[in-house]
Amino acid sequence: MRLLALALRRLAWFVPTLLGLLVLTFVISRVIPADPVALVAGETATPAQVEALRRQLGYDRPLPVQFVGYVARLAQGDMGTSIFTRRPIVQDLAHRLPATIELTVVAMVVSVLAGVPLGVVSALWRNSVLDHAVRVVTVSGLAIASFWLGIMLQLLFAMRLGWTPLNGRLQGFPPEAITGFYLVDAALTGDGPAFGAALRHLALPAATLAFPALATLVRFTRAGVLDVMQSNFVLYERAMGLPRPVIVWKYTLRSALTSTVTQIGLLFGILLAGAVVTEAVFDWPGIGTYAVSSILQSDYNAVMGFTIWAGTIFIVVNLLVDVVQTLVDPRERAT
Amino acid sequence: MSAAWFVVRRLARDRSALVGLILIGALLLAALLAPVLATHPDDVFELHPAQRLQAPSGNHWLGTDRMGADVYSRLLFGARITILIGVIAVGASLLVGVPVGLVAGHFHGWFSDLLMRVSDIFLAVPQVVLAIAIAQTLGPSLPNVILALSATYWPWFARVVYAETRVVQKEIFVESTVALGASPWRLTALHVLPNIASPIIVRASIGMGFTILTAAALGFLGLGPPPPTPEWGRTIAESREFLPDAWWYAAAPGLAIFLTVMGFNLLGDGLRDVLDPRLRRGRTPRDD
Amino acid sequence: MTELLSVRGLRVDFVTDGGVAQVLDGINLDVGPGEVVGLVGESGCGKTTLARAILGILPAGAARVRGGEVRFRGADLLRQDPAVVNARVRGKAITFIPQDPSTSFSPLFPVQTQIMDLMKWKSPRAGDGGARWPLWRYPRGRYRADREAVLETLRAVQIPEPARALRRLPHEFSGGQRQRLMIAMALLPQPDLIIADEPTTALDVTIQAQILRLLRELVKARGVSVLFTTHDLGTAHEICDRVVVMYAGQEMEAAPTDAFFARPAHPYTRRLLASVPRSDGEIRDIPGDVPSLVAPPPGCRFHPRCDHATPECQARPALRALAPDHGVRCHHPVDGPVGAGA
Repeated sequence: MRLLALALRRLAWFVPTLLGLLVLTFVISRVIPADPVALVAGETATPAQVEALRRQLGYDRPLPVQFVGYVARLAQGDMGTSIFTRRPIVQDLAHRLPATIELTVVAMVVSVLAGVPLGVVSALWRNSVLDHAVRVVTVSGLAIASFWLGIMLQLLFAMRLGWTPLNGRLQGFPPEAITGFYLVDAALTGDGPAFGAALRHLALPAATLAFPALATLVRFTRAGVLDVMQSNFVLYERAMGLPRPVIVWKYTLRSALTSTVTQIGLLFGILLAGAVVTEAVFDWPGIGTYAVSSILQSDYNAVMGFTIWAGTIFIVVNLLVDVVQTLVDPRERAT
Repeated sequence: MSAAWFVVRRLARDRSALVGLILIGALLLAALLAPVLATHPDDVFELHPAQRLQAPSGNHWLGTDRMGADVYSRLLFGARITILIGVIAVGASLLVGVPVGLVAGHFHGWFSDLLMRVSDIFLAVPQVVLAIAIAQTLGPSLPNVILALSATYWPWFARVVYAETRVVQKEIFVESTVALGASPWRLTALHVLPNIASPIIVRASIGMGFTILTAAALGFLGLGPPPPTPEWGRTIAESREFLPDAWWYAAAPGLAIFLTVMGFNLLGDGLRDVLDPRLRRGRTPRDD
Repeated sequence: MTELLSVRGLRVDFVTDGGVAQVLDGINLDVGPGEVVGLVGESGCGKTTLARAILGILPAGAARVRGGEVRFRGADLLRQDPAVVNARVRGKAITFIPQDPSTSFSPLFPVQTQIMDLMKWKSPRAGDGGARWPLWRYPRGRYRADREAVLETLRAVQIPEPARALRRLPHEFSGGQRQRLMIAMALLPQPDLIIADEPTTALDVTIQAQILRLLRELVKARGVSVLFTTHDLGTAHEICDRVVVMYAGQEMEAAPTDAFFARPAHPYTRRLLASVPRSDGEIRDIPGDVPSLVAPPPGCRFHPRCDHATPECQARPALRALAPDHGVRCHHPVDGPVGAGA
């Protein structure tokens, strides 16, 4: 099956790309800083203690050997231990993953549900008042610094109006943990108050994260629809007097959306990146804050762990996007 | 350079691009004339703790910050930092990315693939994270921020140039030129370069906006130039603990970032509309 | 004879970067019932614009109809209610065969979907006004009858295994087959007039003649008129009953095919015919360039390049009937066959 061939081809590049990523992060964490071991040992350690630690951690061996060791452990699912939490990094990441995913998914759903229709309508009623208003919003969306938007939203909604909490994922007790996603768990256990609370806490961070994503989606959808409306088959359908709603909603939309699907996939990667800064602003206990605090505390193993995880996700998402693109566009299936 | 003049004329007709140009012009003016335009030019270095956190007034147009310094004046000097970071970072990315893309596009085979894989690797990690990692590793300072940003943005130029080079290579006129005996490098210089100029220019303008945002994020996280440098992102971070009362402290630099980035984005869009004929909506009749 | 289609004094302007181009300058054109009329002219002469103006699908932002009328079955299409024109005329009484069949299908839907959508709204069994939107359900009885008609027409255009072909996607057909599909779709609504815009230009030379002959056969059998634009005199000669020549937005001469090729009267027509490559190897082209449509020459737009021009030619000549069917707009029509001296 062609789909399988495509998937395998993409996977073939997965390993070298990942390897390259590992080399890059390894270089950043071991080669560039002055002395990572001293950082781990702490400021009060004596030189002898530092040396002992160096031998213990294996940092005295040649770099390529260290790298091979790291990759070998990685293959077994061991990302090393975080200097600060003293826990295996894999565990740290797993613990914090649901928070980030919940935030990212909510943001993406919001941006798709709002963005795609807005883009379509904006293209259909081109140069109308609505179109101009939408374009103002999209241009702003790409020019606003995420962290600043988050802060301003906090200022208005949390501090001045008091409609939402200031930060954090939840105050008080979380719903019974089934999936780790508060909204899902609360819904599954019928925990109304927890659901409401979780939603209120999600509101501002999700809005902050969704805004640039929404702006991008609207732009691409609008451009896609306008593009399709110029095409020859639309001209033919107009020449043959097909009713405009049929031309637009059945034929134009389908063509325009095939490219939007790809955008949604790429958007996921961008959202994940945006989550880092947004989580920092809202004290969201997700992977983003973990990454930032690890970097700021020079916890290099944790940084590596995060980078590998993020890079892997990105590559996997790209693969999925390619696959979906093939499914959606029958022309691709033939090639 | 009648081509350049033509571009300027077409651009002038695009209202939003003009707005972009005005915004960028304002930024440049602010940066260049900061010492003149600032009401309290010394506040970049001097502290007046007694006057801290004052609301906007006739004396301090945008209020004062936590050290009593005039927010407006510091904002103007911050414009210098912003432009510096943007121009150098994008310039460096261009200088690295364009040759890489050209070489990768020109040759076929494993070397090309390798180059593009390397750029893919850089793109695999969320840029912010990579920039943060590099900046943190090297230490917070202005040159390090610029380095971190350049290191993470060059793949975009490489990609664009690579794609365009490949497209141009496939065009018929290239085949015929080669058939006439032109050397491939001459071909690249004379035919490929003019064709890739437009996407590069568009990318550079949009890249400025993006780079400035990332730079502000780095500053916000404390990885930018250290105090007392009036970098906009750091100023926003400083202001957080004094919200909601001293709202001007956070609003002003954010607004400055917003207007700056918007300026570059609008200009970039306008340039793309003018320079890229493929995207131009058919205003001229297609056939007879 | 009451004409089926009668264009009078049609003026169309296009807004371009270089100014306002007067693409059509008071065109007159007639198509009779059951007649195949060829509209011949070089690239840029306005024939596609004319075709689209008749269909009413000019680009709304850039094109402006400045004046004139397009009478179809007596009614002026330019002044009728657009909704009525869209429902009753387009795709029903007047159908279209586009130049490039490969991009005229949506690549994402099977051919069946696109043809049956056309039939849903434009089938002759749906009544004169076509089906009204919204039509949520395609009436099953009509669907079956329509589908039968589709299969029959596909056989008539020589598409093998029509039932299987319908399920395929457009890109699975060859260029020639796609154009046959277009011909089928143009015939299915049982129109009075088909407007074909350079229907064979995008095809291989080897199948061009095939497609043309097929088209002529089918329309003659059904008594359908065709307005057929082309830049190739050969194709005009192949299937047209009458030929009309256009130059720079003006019609120059109109005559039955035989008279047109045997005794062309307009200097431009004569030059055009003389420029067809001959076996003696000599190339006789027309000196000069096609005029700018933004600042066109006054009167007859060919006069700057014409050997017979006089100051009189700066005023547009009226139609002069050299024979009942043979009209020419020229102050100095030429008599006699096209010879070496033109």
